[in-house]
Amino acid sequence: MDFKHLQTPLSDDGVLSLEAGDNVYINGIIYTARDAAHKKLIELMENGEELPLDLTGQVIYYVGPTPPKPGQVIGSAGPTTSGRMDAYTPQMLAAGMKGCIGKGSRNQAVKDALKKYQGVYFAAVGGAGALLSQRITKFEVVAYPELGPEAIHLLEVKNFPVTVVNDAQGRDLYEIGANKYKRV
Amino acid sequence: MREINAEVISEKVAMMCQDANRYLGEDVSKAIAESVDKEESPTGKAVLKQLEENIQIARNSDIPLCQDTGFAVFFVEWGQEAILTGGTLDEAINEGVRRGYAEGYLRKSIVEDPLQRVNTGDNTPAVINLEMVAGDQVKIAFAPKGGGSENMSTVQILKPSDGYEGVVDFVVDHVNKAGPNPCPPIVVGIGLGGTLEKVAYLAKKALIRPLGHENPDNYYAEMEKEILQKVNDLGIGPQGFGGRITALAVHIETYPCHIASLPVAVNINCHASRHGEIVI
Repeated sequence: MDFKHLQTPLSDDGVLSLEAGDNVYINGIIYTARDAAHKKLIELMENGEELPLDLTGQVIYYVGPTPPKPGQVIGSAGPTTSGRMDAYTPQMLAAGMKGCIGKGSRNQAVKDALKKYQGVYFAAVGGAGALLSQRITKFEVVAYPELGPEAIHLLEVKNFPVTVVNDAQGRDLYEIGANKYKRV
Repeated sequence: MREINAEVISEKVAMMCQDANRYLGEDVSKAIAESVDKEESPTGKAVLKQLEENIQIARNSDIPLCQDTGFAVFFVEWGQEAILTGGTLDEAINEGVRRGYAEGYLRKSIVEDPLQRVNTGDNTPAVINLEMVAGDQVKIAFAPKGGGSENMSTVQILKPSDGYEGVVDFVVDHVNKAGPNPCPPIVVGIGLGGTLEKVAYLAKKALIRPLGHENPDNYYAEMEKEILQKVNDLGIGPQGFGGRITALAVHIETYPCHIASLPVAVNINCHASRHGEIVI
């Protein structure tokens, strides 16, 4: 299996070089956010207030990890279902976010926004939280510690394995893959 | 009468919560291993190999298989010649969950109220299904249930005239709509018959049957095979990236039903189909 390598933050060129179905190793800093954190970020944007992080070029990982045991960097840390973030994703892309990592399908508004803002949606393997935790070398709270596992965290990742699902050209691996292997 | 102390139940439940979230059952590990050879898609194969690696890392590095360590669901078969002392069954099981999720560094995923949504902080309360049975033994089965796959589950009361084909179409169509969301390869639990609440219970119960065990009634064993084939013909594949292995198994549980109805429930489980069982 061939993997492309991407360093964060992502550039337009980096995003445009990706195609649905590509396997990618992500390296660098990424940030976590789930439903509750997205809601707070969007509220700040709508009130014209400053965000607790600069989203320009950033990759957001939809994850709520298990607590680390003493001596571990992070607990199990696989992706959660992305569809719950669909309502917020176009605004996140408009604010500079370049990529997001989760699992499961996105709605048309998100796919359109990925094209418009040149963004990319990656899937990590759902249910492989133990394996993915081994690729995370730093785990720090950035904002909203009161949200517990839903707080915004900074993660440093090394060769974090993801697959491009929706690229900036509007392709969708979930459609392409199922059509290829469907038996009617 | 045999006496069983609540503390014994709490202790064993606490251990089972931790073990089930770290050690995937042999039945599921075997099903995943066997599916690697059957998968035609290179990406699908790579996903299945990642799942095998994940099982090993969870086991060897003492880390949960999945970050969603689930709603704690229990099926208790209580031998009616046994008496519980030192507390209620609810308290005993919830205390076990509280300890198991804290000591095992498992995620606390339960909110106190469906709309006001404040986390209870200890993963309680559990969902406890109780059946009274003959004898003086107590069997407690535990299945932590992830939100992602539970969200892709459904119930529908079909018309009796929809029949066998109607049920097959309903299930296959539903799995197709769920697509990549419930973390395929999945296990499909199907309840057939009973009433609205009974059919949902049957679908959940179908998920704790060990993989590789078909329905003892040949008619339903054949139906399980047919649905599995049709689901795998959808092409969704591991993680929905396209491929042959969309489901590892289809399990059907049935109950008699009213002359006017044909209830069907589909409860989907992800590939981390975790379950544990203790007998006291």
